Amino acid sequence: MNDSMKFEGIWKKFRRGEKFNSLRDAIPAFFKNALNTKAEEILADQEFWAVKDVSFSIKKGEVVGIMGLNGAGKSTILKLLSRIMFPTRGRITIHGRLSALIEVTAGFHPDLTGRENVYLNGAILGMKRKEIDAKFDQIVDFSGIAEFIDTPVKRYSSGMYSRLGFSVAAHVDPEILLVDEVLSVGDISFQARCAEKMRDLLKSGVTIILVSHNLALIQSLCQRAILVDHGQVLRDGTTIEVLPHYENIVLKMREDMIHRRIEDTSGRGIKAKVHNPVMITGVGLFDQLGQSKNRFQLGDELHLAIHYRAIERIESPIFSVEIIRADGVVCCLARTDVNNPLLPYIQGEGRIKLDFGVLNLGAGIYQVKVVIYDQVTMHPYVTRAEEIVRFDAGGNTIVYQPIFYPPSRWEIRHLNPPSREKVKTVYENDFQ
Amino acid sequence: MKILLPKSLREILHYRDLWWMLTLRDIRIRYKQAIMGFLWALFMPIVAIFAGILIKKAMAFMAGQAMDEKAIVAMTFKVLPWTFFASSIRFAVQSLVGNSSLITKIYFPRAVLPLSAVSACFFDFLIAALILPVLIVIFRAPVNLYYLYLPYLILLVVLFTLGVGLLLSAANLFYRDVKYIVEIILMFGIFFTPVFYDANSLGKFGTIMRLNPIGSILESINQVISFNQPPDSGWLSYASVCSLGMFLLGFYFFHKFEPAFAENI
Repeated sequence: MNDSMKFEGIWKKFRRGEKFNSLRDAIPAFFKNALNTKAEEILADQEFWAVKDVSFSIKKGEVVGIMGLNGAGKSTILKLLSRIMFPTRGRITIHGRLSALIEVTAGFHPDLTGRENVYLNGAILGMKRKEIDAKFDQIVDFSGIAEFIDTPVKRYSSGMYSRLGFSVAAHVDPEILLVDEVLSVGDISFQARCAEKMRDLLKSGVTIILVSHNLALIQSLCQRAILVDHGQVLRDGTTIEVLPHYENIVLKMREDMIHRRIEDTSGRGIKAKVHNPVMITGVGLFDQLGQSKNRFQLGDELHLAIHYRAIERIESPIFSVEIIRADGVVCCLARTDVNNPLLPYIQGEGRIKLDFGVLNLGAGIYQVKVVIYDQVTMHPYVTRAEEIVRFDAGGNTIVYQPIFYPPSRWEIRHLNPPSREKVKTVYENDFQ
Repeated sequence: MKILLPKSLREILHYRDLWWMLTLRDIRIRYKQAIMGFLWALFMPIVAIFAGILIKKAMAFMAGQAMDEKAIVAMTFKVLPWTFFASSIRFAVQSLVGNSSLITKIYFPRAVLPLSAVSACFFDFLIAALILPVLIVIFRAPVNLYYLYLPYLILLVVLFTLGVGLLLSAANLFYRDVKYIVEIILMFGIFFTPVFYDANSLGKFGTIMRLNPIGSILESINQVISFNQPPDSGWLSYASVCSLGMFLLGFYFFHKFEPAFAENI
């Protein structure tokens, strides 16, 4: 009985596209289903598993974060947990009163007053009338809209609306609480009150299940995280353990996105430039040890080798290398004409090397774009953006991800030290 | 007592405060921002009664007799349960679909939605029923002991209505066709039910009229009011079995399909 809830081999099937909503379509489907006895085991046309064989159990008082990309199955799991939907297969056991901080204003009726809605919404969330009577003043105080409590809520601003909704939901006193991205309601002072309420709940030993894309929130609240991908549990462990795996999935998705973009553009590029006097035949990526790779650690140096073949003699070409983050931000740029106007001409095959040194870029996926320009007209002879570099943050999580980590040095001087001698501490961080 | 009730029914009792709140909501929103307020509850029965008087007058004229004014009392007694039934069903059919945001977001026993829709209409029925004593006094209708049957007969109407309401609200969630069928049946149902006339006036077709449980209940009411007789015991038992059966059937099917509501709405 230590478990608050248990998922045992849960499967959930959904349908794509429109369901038949009229009798004309339903009658043939009904007979088809009647003949097919094991219909629920098999995927029919247009059906898919939104949740596949998910099992986990959550102990009493645990605070668990559920992570995953959009469409990974988080919301379905939450709906199964809150008994709004039922699994196609498997067993869910829940011990204790469950309440969800999801869509806190769903039960509101615009024509009713604030007071009437507090009672209605409280009852919908499973409170008894006496309980609401007892907590009514607390709820109204918390929402901070006491003077409008007898006004129909359709006259409320949207902020007042959701504040009242949150206040009711926050006073349900559940044993298990489901939270889904609702902690960003109202102004700063109300958010502070929400945060305080959240801390109270954490201390009170309530089991909390949090679904959020806010990794900082998950990291600060949850000891345990469950990573869901394509309807399956990919990882289940401590938050510190699971976060890098989440990071992995996010980066993988971005990489796929860039690959798709490259395929799109390279197809067009070939047609446009038939008579290219120069071609980039290859781009190699190396670290400081000369090892060819495209996954770098924070603190690695980045070296490039660009192979070209010039059919004609080209006077004073300009080589340019850009490193572009997945979202399109150009993070680094190096051009041959900026600091050292070398390269009088190129002809035939050759190789040009570029040493970026330690870039200290934030963890993520980057595209390497190499361009050869004509010096006078700045017309690009050839552009190649096929290479992808990945930087891993190592021990640093991607919770707060900067564009780059500069070599930094901290110095602390205690002005009134506890002991007589002056303490001076220096922390250095140059990622070497 | 607790062991006897199925789990689903116990859960509804556990959520009885929600049932009450939703009923209050349905009553309140109907009369908010309306000058006439609760008087609207009387409007539909009164129009129906005038329609009935017109029909009675026409029938009396055809038969070459004067109209029996006391018939108005009996007719009112029959019109009120019928309008309760009709508006409850109309309201209950929409109760799940009209609250789709609740069904897809929050857990509670869904049966409270059609139940409170019917309850809100029952409140209207009670308000409208206040005119009954007034009519009895005006037309000096003889009050007899058999009036004690009336609460039981109303209970049967309520049970039957709940059963049909539960069944149709769930059916309408899956197939919106139901709403249109129900609308048509309710519009003309009053002519196929002995509300404005007695089943006996149709001769042998009267039996068919009584096969409709609402018809046999209304006939029982008529027997008490117009003829100062106890209801026919055979038809009364038939109505009782049908009403209870309908309630259990509606409840059973509603509960059976409840898990599929959220993803099919």
